[in-house]
Amino acid sequence: MATASASIPGNRAIRSDNLCRHYRMGESLIRAVDGVSLEVRSGEFVALLGSSGSGKSSMLNLIAGLDRPTSGSVIVQGRDLAKLSREQLAKYRLHVVGMVFQSFNLIPSMTLAENVELPMRFAEVDRDRRQTLAREALERVGLQARMHHRPSELSGGEQQRAALARALINRPQLLLADEPTGNLDSHTGTEIMDMVREFNRTLGMTVVMVTHERGLAERYAERMIFLADGKLVDEQINNGAVHSASREGQA
Amino acid sequence: MKFPDLTELALRNLRESALRNSLTTIGISVGVASLVAMLSLGIGLQQLASRRLVRSGLFDTVIVNSRRDLRGMGRAEEREGPLPGDSRVLDEAARTEIEHLPNVSEAYPDIRFTTELRLDDKPHLTTISALPISAKNNDAFEGMQGTFFTSETAPEAVLQKSFAEELLGKTPRLGAPEPDVADLKPLLGKELTMHYAQRVPTPSSSQNSSDANVNGASYSVVSREQTLKIVGISDLDPESMRGPTRAKVFLPLKLAESLHVMQATDIREIATAATDQAVYSSLSVRVKNPSQIQTVEDAIKKMGFSTFSILDATRSLRQFFAVLDLFLGIFGSLALAVASIGIVNTLVMAILERRREIGIMKAIGASDGDVRKLFFAEAGAMGVLGGIVGVVLGWSIGQVINLGTNVYLRRQSLPPEHFWAVPWWLVGAAIVFAFIVSFLSGLYPAARAARLDPVQALRYE
Repeated sequence: MATASASIPGNRAIRSDNLCRHYRMGESLIRAVDGVSLEVRSGEFVALLGSSGSGKSSMLNLIAGLDRPTSGSVIVQGRDLAKLSREQLAKYRLHVVGMVFQSFNLIPSMTLAENVELPMRFAEVDRDRRQTLAREALERVGLQARMHHRPSELSGGEQQRAALARALINRPQLLLADEPTGNLDSHTGTEIMDMVREFNRTLGMTVVMVTHERGLAERYAERMIFLADGKLVDEQINNGAVHSASREGQA
Repeated sequence: MKFPDLTELALRNLRESALRNSLTTIGISVGVASLVAMLSLGIGLQQLASRRLVRSGLFDTVIVNSRRDLRGMGRAEEREGPLPGDSRVLDEAARTEIEHLPNVSEAYPDIRFTTELRLDDKPHLTTISALPISAKNNDAFEGMQGTFFTSETAPEAVLQKSFAEELLGKTPRLGAPEPDVADLKPLLGKELTMHYAQRVPTPSSSQNSSDANVNGASYSVVSREQTLKIVGISDLDPESMRGPTRAKVFLPLKLAESLHVMQATDIREIATAATDQAVYSSLSVRVKNPSQIQTVEDAIKKMGFSTFSILDATRSLRQFFAVLDLFLGIFGSLALAVASIGIVNTLVMAILERRREIGIMKAIGASDGDVRKLFFAEAGAMGVLGGIVGVVLGWSIGQVINLGTNVYLRRQSLPPEHFWAVPWWLVGAAIVFAFIVSFLSGLYPAARAARLDPVQALRYE
């Protein structure tokens, strides 16, 4: 079993220890995540790679606090997620994590502005401030003209940009992306990834991206972690990637 | 999530599946409408029944009698009272004492006598009684023609409708519709001459007579005349009344007292009491608040008098209506119970449909509580909307039935009745009840939505 470790332990964003997520499906026991130990530095851009069913999405869900480990631990920004209550986990997802999905997951009945505002409703931010922040966030991803459109009226790239704006609205320390370019053509995919890298650099945000496209990972991630059958099988420091802000800062 | 956000999101979600949610809301409205209709019928009937009693003006009045009076009617209040021998004499001292009891606003003697009144020299025999000026505010004198007495001592009279008719020479045929008091207006301002027997204390010198058996008190009876001006004609129904209002002509109390009219009981009093002071056959005691009538009655009983109040008579009536209202309420609630199942169904469907949306909300930071509250808000909004529509619907049904029945009553030459009442508390209670029912219906769907596993929900496409 290999262990992916970061170079500076004191500046750790994520650390998992022998993390397991098993579940039953009928008679058989599925080991979606099976003893993964890894560390991610604060401000790092990491890609989780693997084929379908390798457990990379399950791993991401555990880090996101959407799922709970069967055994082992996952500690994000000093919080042991296995020990948090459901309520605390919700707060953690609200304030610490931003998520982007392959299928965008915008709420179809809401306009872009309302979608971006939604996390702030849960955070009980005042209406005026909420609207200002949502507008600013949409401007940042170049969608100010589409604020009052519904997701179905927009292209995939635009929807993913809106989803990105929503993920970042509560200023999370961690951005988790699950196949963010999976439903996009390569041009718009690049556009989105450039934006993610931009936020990684300028905001010093830790990024964990799940993908099965090795090319994409090589281009953007500083480090690639390979999973297969729920186990960590390999890890590569990506020298070819454009260095992130944190690394440049430390250099 | 804050309350305004919750409401906004809930209403937005309700609009998203407008047809289904409106149907559910209509279901609640029908339930609330049936409940409101049933209960307002019950309340209306009760009001109709008690209005009949209130018109007697005695809801806040206790009638006080001395047990020394022979009545022998064996009524409960007489059997429960003190023994005749222990009972006090109902005189001025007792009246003052009763008037000073807590919660009593006034205590006045019942003066009633039968005598002859003349209008244009034609004699009419009738019963006359005296009323205090406070009786003016009594419901019994609602809808009267003319005015009430101008003062306690004014030589004025208020006539009962049927007596006024008699004076005008009209004899109502049996079964004919009741005449309108407005038709009797020409009598107002006319003068009546009342003949009566006055009781005059015998000068004390006559006590010096040699008859040793003279007990001390004596009086003479003198025939007198008094002119009265007709100032008002009342709509009162003398048959439904008891006490001082059961008469056909009313005089101001102080005037009647000053006339010292010979009372039917006076002969009996002179036979038993060694005093020429007036002894009252009965007193009317008015309490400040009808709810205190029981305590006042108890206090007067303790003094050694027997009492009677209309509350005794209404107690069983209220009991009957409480049971009737309960049954009507249960039947009315059945429709609401069915509607509440509709809410559960709608919300469970909504969970299935919005599974993914719930997953998204949880992924971006919604807590179980947020999701639960959202579903509660949707259930509650349907409840409140359904409640409001239902109350309007129930009220309209009541109005239509009221109208229809009154058309029928008019055809039967019966006076219109208002037996349908929707009091404000019922409006409020119905809406609150609808809200509570829908909230309870939301319990299961909300808990189910809150428990939803976000990973599963997001995988579901």
